[in-house]
Formats: sequence, structure tokens, C-alpha cells
Amino acid sequence: MATKSMGDIEKIKKKLNVLIVDDDPLNLIIHEKIIKAIGGISQTANNGEEAVLIHRDGGSSFDLILMDKEMPERDGVSTTKKLREMEVKSMIVGVTSLADNEEERRAFMEAGLNHCLAKPLTKDKIIPLINQLMDA
Amino acid sequence: MELVQMQKSLQDYTKSLFLDGVLDSQFLQLQQLQDESNPDFVSQVVTLFFQDSDRILNDLSLSLDQQVVDFKKVDPHVHQLKGSSSSIGAQRVKNACVVFRSFCEQQNVEGCHRCLQQVKQEYYLVKNRLETLFKLEQQIVASGGMIPAMELGF
Repeated sequence: MATKSMGDIEKIKKKLNVLIVDDDPLNLIIHEKIIKAIGGISQTANNGEEAVLIHRDGGSSFDLILMDKEMPERDGVSTTKKLREMEVKSMIVGVTSLADNEEERRAFMEAGLNHCLAKPLTKDKIIPLINQLMDA
Repeated sequence: MELVQMQKSLQDYTKSLFLDGVLDSQFLQLQQLQDESNPDFVSQVVTLFFQDSDRILNDLSLSLDQQVVDFKKVDPHVHQLKGSSSSIGAQRVKNACVVFRSFCEQQNVEGCHRCLQQVKQEYYLVKNRLETLFKLEQQIVASGGMIPAMELGF
């Protein structure tokens, strides 16, 4: 299957459905705008507990989940583990701070992430992952 | 002032913000997300940053003024400010927060007080300069002109 180029994102008819999990309202606004700019639709959760409830109550299905690591109520590591226990098959991408050390990132990956990206998120960082999703 | 001159002034002023390290490329990323469907996206995001930061700096001042400083309260605030300043490209604020966090880890009260002053200084600098930037943009739009795109060619 040919790998789609960045320019092909605009031609993809199926709208990507993304869940953005972050306790920072600023990050939620920016990440929603990024997803919209690349042709996706998004829903937000203010912390990991909300993300779990969204999956438990609505049986929601997302193509991509952007998971912040440091959050109150339930952090990104715990949320990722819980979602994988619930057999959530979405691509989960961890969003970490540059201050996080290698051990912290590894623990986050081992919780069940597909990828890890460092903040701040940009279109250039997310588009290669979208391409991967489209190729899958 | 002629429109072309205003546009040139805006470009020069914006460039100075990057050359002085006040802003980094993340701010350009925000500008690139702005479009006709949301022409005030950058100013909305920055305004939210100002509101959050004012609150956080106030909370930090109160926390550090306590007889016994609770670093479990101080550090999350600094972490949040570091994150939000990074998200909008306020590089010097972010860098000041990185130093601040290291003093929090050491539970060094005096160091934290110094860092808070430094963070405040950098924050008021970026706030002042961004407010000037937005005023310049408004003047151009009010004169019927377009905001020139900023390119990283310097």
C-alpha cells in the first residue's frame, strides 16, 4: 500500500475522530485547532478519569487519543493502562514534557502507548502519525 | 503612517521578539493555525495565557509568602506555567520556569523567591511586547490592510 504524503491528508474523506486528554485548557484549545487544521474532529477530556468515563458510558470509538501525562484525578500512565484493560484499540499517543526522563517515558510507553511526543505539539509532529493510521 | 510602513514596522517588531528570545517557533506554529474561520485565534490563546498566568503568579506569591512553604503546592503551579508558556512560545518565561522548578526540587525557599521575581519579569516583558504586537496588527487591519505573514528567514 502506498504511503500517503502530507498533501494527501486533505484528500482523505473519512474524518479522523480524536480524543484529546489534557488538564490544561490552553493545550486543549491549541490541540483541537491542530486536529481541525488537519481535517479531523475532536472531543476533549480534562483528565484521565473523564477519558475513562467517556469510553465506559458512550462506548465511544476514537481513531486517535492524545494523552497528556501529568493530570489530576488520574494521570496519563494510569489512564492508558485502564483503557488498554478496557480493550480500547485506538492509537494512543502520549504527550510528555521535555523534563521527563527516559525512565518516565519508558513507563508511559509500557502502559500501552503506540507513540510518545514531546510538548509542544505541532502539526508537523502529528501528521506522520496520522499517515501511519491511514496506512494501517 | 502609510500602510506599507505599518506592515514593515510590524514585521520588524515581530522579528525583534524572536531575535531577543522572547518568542520561539511555537508562536509561529500558532500563527499558522490562524485562518479565516478563526481570525482571532492567536490573540484568544494569548489572552487565555495571560489570564492563567496572572492567576498562577498570584498563587505562587501567596504560597511562597507562607511561614512554611509547601513545595507540593508550589511545584505544580510552576509546572503549569512552564507548560502554558511553552505552548504559546514564550521562551524566556518557559526557561525561567525550568530554573524555578530546580529550586523547588531542592526546596530552596530563597532560590524560589528569586526565581519568582525572574519569572514575573519575563512574563511582564512578553505580555507587554505581545500587547504591542496585537495593537500594531489592529492598526493595520483598521487601515484596511492585511497582516503580513512572518517567515523564519533571520
